[in-house]
Amino acid sequence: MSLTNDYIKQRLTEKFGESISQVEESFGMMSFTAPKDLNLKVMQFLYDEEELQFRFLTDLTAVHYPNRAGEELAVVYHLYNFKERVRLRFKVYTSIEDTRVFTATRLYESANWMERETYDFFGVNFVGHPNLKRILNVDEMTYFPMRKEFPLEDQTRTDKDDEMFGRGGQIGI
Amino acid sequence: MSEQHITLPEGSIERQTQTLNLGPTHPATHGVFQNILEIDGERIVSSESTVGYIHRAFEKIAERRPYYQITPLTDRLNYCSAPINNMGWHMTVERLLGIKTPKRVDYLRIIIMELARITDHLICNGVVGVDSGAFTGFLYLMKYRELVYEIYEEVCGSRLTTNIGRVGGFERNFTPAAFEKIERFLKEYPVALTEFETLMNRNRIFMERTQGVGPITAERAMNYGFTGPNLRAAGVDYDVRVAQPYCSYEDFEFNIPVGTTGDCYDRFLVRNAEMWESLSIIRQAMDKLKDLPSDVFHADVPAYYLPEKSAVYTKMEALIYHFKIIMGESDILPGELYNPIEGANGELGFYLISDGGRSPYRLHFRRPCFIYYQAYGELIKDAMLSDAVICMSSLNLIAGELDA
Repeated sequence: MSLTNDYIKQRLTEKFGESISQVEESFGMMSFTAPKDLNLKVMQFLYDEEELQFRFLTDLTAVHYPNRAGEELAVVYHLYNFKERVRLRFKVYTSIEDTRVFTATRLYESANWMERETYDFFGVNFVGHPNLKRILNVDEMTYFPMRKEFPLEDQTRTDKDDEMFGRGGQIGI
Repeated sequence: MSEQHITLPEGSIERQTQTLNLGPTHPATHGVFQNILEIDGERIVSSESTVGYIHRAFEKIAERRPYYQITPLTDRLNYCSAPINNMGWHMTVERLLGIKTPKRVDYLRIIIMELARITDHLICNGVVGVDSGAFTGFLYLMKYRELVYEIYEEVCGSRLTTNIGRVGGFERNFTPAAFEKIERFLKEYPVALTEFETLMNRNRIFMERTQGVGPITAERAMNYGFTGPNLRAAGVDYDVRVAQPYCSYEDFEFNIPVGTTGDCYDRFLVRNAEMWESLSIIRQAMDKLKDLPSDVFHADVPAYYLPEKSAVYTKMEALIYHFKIIMGESDILPGELYNPIEGANGELGFYLISDGGRSPYRLHFRRPCFIYYQAYGELIKDAMLSDAVICMSSLNLIAGELDA
């Protein structure tokens, strides 16, 4: 296997310089962050370069970090190179007020539904997406349910007297 | 359709397409999803897919659940091969925690996973037969799914949504009866599969119905994010078991069957060939098990492996660890990882972010059929309505996995 994480890192820093940040390797997979305006350029570069050829978008999703001011939402791309069998994780951060991120649908057809799903659950607004509407939730929904401000019920709560479901009540579990 | 060149009298309808709802509850969709087809006679002009009818917010629920309670959620993704999902999840957690499982556990897992792959493929291929009018093959094979379910039952107690195994291994050792059942399956299934192949593979009617239906090129398939048998039918030899071996798959010799045109017939043949490969893997695993100590069925990680119930009642340590695990006091390391495994219909990925808490900070399932179902509209464009039905079943869409 000739394509190493160090080489990818070197090529990326040659091309994009300081823009590439938070380069790290965990569980054998390299991960890095780029500014959100550059996401398409970085992906196009990874796609086109003869030695890199990351031509398979494995996965696209988002993560919400409510405590990181200005970069609350992380859009995470997992890319794969079929020939060298190398995986890569690539993130862009966006603020929750302005969630515009360029769409990857021009590059990868598979991004279409994955971006719709990400929009549906996190409200990331993919600019240029051909059909950005909710996919798994109902169209009438007005909020983005995977954000952390919508917690599920705490399973250990004790204030609720709900014997039928085994919480609280006389048994006091 | 080509333009009409006949001059029609004033006021007549020149061309008319109609809208047809295929689904959400249609016997031919084998699951709850809708396709709104625009048809011109029998020919499909365009289509729009609507999914989400059985969305259950697993990713959200998982953010509140301790790790061992997420296993039952994974059951309900691709429920035709639930053990693969269960073990994929366990292996993800093990990788995060750095747990190394003994070889015997790996081989036992491989046996169960390959059995699950066989059941998944036999359902899919049987259903392709049913949708093209050949019910017989489906009935021949269905009996053997029952045999596999008996094996699951012997190992873990349940059948469809198995919740099989634990982080670190299995909940109990395989009984001699379980091995007998596996041996019986290995002896009887090849006979039935040969019969099924004789019935279908060179069947003129079946070939006419499936060849050239819903084809996709390798290039488009990769761009659409195809994985698993559907990608291999298009000619790309991508299999996670070989590309990035997990669970000691590197110890086994097997081929990756590939097709050429990516049409329904190729997908059918690839799945059949994979069943033979899975049988060979199970046989190899059974042979390898003979050389290993027969009492090892889990890794020695008391802090994460949920102890046996009888031990909880009688042993102090087991009781302590039982409480620690159930009450969520076992430390889970912070970390971020993407763990792919070869599910029965494609690459099943677990993207797990742990902040060290009791439950994941974020868990995302890469569900293969959610990603490749996007291509359906392109596959059935200009096809006949009856071809659309076969195409859907040969893609092996599972509604539970589609909607998560």
